[in-house]
Amino acid sequence: MSASTPTRGTAPVGLSKGEARTYASYARPAWQRWLLTRETAVILLLVVVFTWATSSVPNFDGPLTLYYLFLDLMPILLIALPMTLVIITGEIDLSVASTVVLTSAVTGLLTIDAGWGFGQAALVAVAVGALCGLFNGFLVGYVGLPSLAVTIGTLALYRGIAVGLLGTEAKTGFPEAWTDRVKERIGETSYPQVLVVFGVLAVVFVLLLHFSGFGRGVYEIGLNDEAARFSGVDVARTKLLLFVLAGAVSGLAGVYYTLRYDLARGDAANGLELQVIAAVLLGGVSIFGGRGALHGVVAGVLLIGVISSAMRLQGETENVTTIVIGLLLIASVVAPSFLSWVSGRLPAGVKGALSRRPRRT
Amino acid sequence: MTPSPTTAPANPGGDARPVLEMADVRKSFGPVAALRSGTLTVRPGSIHALVGENGAGKSTLVKIVAGVHRRDGGTLRFEGDDVDFASTADSKAAGIAVIYQEPTLFPDLSVTENIFMGRQPLGRGRRIDRAAMLAETRAIFARLGVDIDPRRPALGLSIADQQIIEIAKAISLDARLLIMDEPTAALSGVEVERLFAVARSLRDEGRGLVFISHRFEEVFALCDEVTVMRDGEYVATTAIASTTPDAIVEMMVGREVGELFPKQPATIGEVVLKVEGLSSAGTFRGIDLEVRAGEIVGLAGLVGAGRSEIARAVFGVDRYDAGRVTMHGKPVPARRPRAAIAAGMAFVPEDRRKQGLVVDNSVAHNVAAVIRTRLDRLGFLTNRAENRASAPWAGRLEVKTNALDMPATTMSGGNQQKVVIAKWLATEPTLLIIDEPTRGIDVGTKSEVHRLLSDLAGQGLAILMISSELPEVLGMADRVLVVREGEITAELSRSEATPEAVMKAATAGHESTGELAPVLPDALMKEVSA
Repeated sequence: MSASTPTRGTAPVGLSKGEARTYASYARPAWQRWLLTRETAVILLLVVVFTWATSSVPNFDGPLTLYYLFLDLMPILLIALPMTLVIITGEIDLSVASTVVLTSAVTGLLTIDAGWGFGQAALVAVAVGALCGLFNGFLVGYVGLPSLAVTIGTLALYRGIAVGLLGTEAKTGFPEAWTDRVKERIGETSYPQVLVVFGVLAVVFVLLLHFSGFGRGVYEIGLNDEAARFSGVDVARTKLLLFVLAGAVSGLAGVYYTLRYDLARGDAANGLELQVIAAVLLGGVSIFGGRGALHGVVAGVLLIGVISSAMRLQGETENVTTIVIGLLLIASVVAPSFLSWVSGRLPAGVKGALSRRPRRT
Repeated sequence: MTPSPTTAPANPGGDARPVLEMADVRKSFGPVAALRSGTLTVRPGSIHALVGENGAGKSTLVKIVAGVHRRDGGTLRFEGDDVDFASTADSKAAGIAVIYQEPTLFPDLSVTENIFMGRQPLGRGRRIDRAAMLAETRAIFARLGVDIDPRRPALGLSIADQQIIEIAKAISLDARLLIMDEPTAALSGVEVERLFAVARSLRDEGRGLVFISHRFEEVFALCDEVTVMRDGEYVATTAIASTTPDAIVEMMVGREVGELFPKQPATIGEVVLKVEGLSSAGTFRGIDLEVRAGEIVGLAGLVGAGRSEIARAVFGVDRYDAGRVTMHGKPVPARRPRAAIAAGMAFVPEDRRKQGLVVDNSVAHNVAAVIRTRLDRLGFLTNRAENRASAPWAGRLEVKTNALDMPATTMSGGNQQKVVIAKWLATEPTLLIIDEPTRGIDVGTKSEVHRLLSDLAGQGLAILMISSELPEVLGMADRVLVVREGEITAELSRSEATPEAVMKAATAGHESTGELAPVLPDALMKEVSA
């Protein structure tokens, strides 16, 4: 409290005169709280699919599979982190792929045409990404426009600027020291070194979302932004910051993209935003906001990666893979609603087993 | 609000077959038994009150009749036939209508279109027969004796008018049973009178009505019989003529309730909150007020007079155009709730489900919502820290819950209000702004909240209390400020504050018309269109 606060009585304030009530921290035992969640379901599915692929898909257990799997998934893994937070507040960012392309173009122009060092160019690219996010976040948070509309607009805008900067030209010939670095492995393993970058970012985002007051505010905004405002959460500033994070991480993904393919061109990363959103939703985040966790999202991204990789090795075409992932996504969205519908229609006994939470009396 | 006593029929319903018979109806949600023995018999041509504390199972019982929930056991008969409604459509088709506290109309459609939504009469060429719709709407309104233009859009109608639309819809569907779930909670005195007149005319047509309310004067003015529920169980049914409010309260709480408004005298200290010339275009103007340590200042007035808007501006959730807010002599910046909290303000808002709580969040997260910024260790905030910090506050307020991770949605209104209060007391404020402290909560919790406010004031907390319940204002406040149309029209000390004085200041200038309705415009319109 502020220094001007007058001294107050030290007697406990409240209704209970004698012994105050005590409470259990949790209504259910720990194993139930941990196991009966959407996140655990996704992780289990990932383990099952991975085990199946390792044992029965030819070459899946080869040394290159996981290596390329991670290299290919890296942009989705990276952007899924801030996207999770954005979607938990009930907003969405469709402009991330365009931000990837724009920052890739900036990197290309600065390095190839202007002759900058790649390191500086990369920093500028991340800053440009943050700026893209700042624009989105200002329109959503402070002007109060719906993020769906705003980011559909900036999806076109940012890609348009990228194409305008590059024309039909593609920039290539980035410094080999850098392009080789993103492909290096950790020691003798099949894991690329860029996973370390992802790991560090993932820890930062987990702390931010799950172990900070800011993160609690993110969930509150998604569940009830008015109540959040009445509790002193700065809703506009929180949203602004999340869009800036989404932009900056997209900028980082743009830099990675440029190095991974040694290429900067206007038509890259098409549809990446939908892959990211699909993975986030598959990972158990509610599109309506307020629910979800990062471990589920990471499992969701990996699940999509493992399925595509395994099906490719099986000789299935890209289309079949897309159909399977689409169906899986629909199933994951429908499953909880279906379960609660079933539990609402059943008499008490059966229902207790199904419903995760008792409903309002 | 003192509705005139009704002239109840000598023998309500007579020996006629009951419209609704429920016996021993049970319903559980997971491990929680919401209804253990729901018993209710409603006769045609009578108005039946259903009373009980929050969490007594009234809503669950109504939802079973309405087809929202399916019962786990017990009998349910409608007009003598055993029924089992699988959906709200089934229940409607059978002839049951439920009027909720806040009806949900389609704001952009006309009153008539709302009444006939989904079952518009068709004329030649399968086109909607607008003339027939309009004629029937007019006929129903004439029968009910209400004056609403059937062609106007629903947008901007007062809540009272919206309820009338719902009732008109029920009549056009020929509902023989109408259930009104706390219909008067948001109505002014005149509107309540009109609703009662409509309810009586429906009774005289031989329909059965169920009326749920926390206000006994209304129950006694309107109803013929009363059924009391407690903890999900049926307690008793008696004729209104042969009982008293005290007897009903005793049945509801299962014990005798002490004095309702026990504000104790407290030492009044220095000025804590000072508001000077606060104005917001179209909402309130030139508000000056002071709240001192140990003092409860009541803001009285009609619904829509601008009281809540003033509180929201002071706390910084809404903007204001001019004026100054100071706490302990230091200016509080506008539009920044966080700064207001840091200056020692706490704000329990009017609508606890929308503003006071994140109802889907756990008790612990809700109680720790404001203080969590001080709970982190080395930058880490954990559930464990939140549980540890929130448990004592939940305990002091005697919040009833199994565990701290239960979502607030599972709790009754009174318990939810305790969670909101716990959340703000945890910040150890020097000023508590509390808007409608006991709206929609049961009698037992109500007196607990009053005792708590009195204790807090006794310990030096400054309290600004907004209330639409006159007895609450008069019983609790050391000083009463009356707000009318966005201006403070009277400041009354405890001894000057009589019901007549407060009502006069709240309504002055409209006495000539004899109608309170014109006082309600802007704020209500805003609420409806929002």
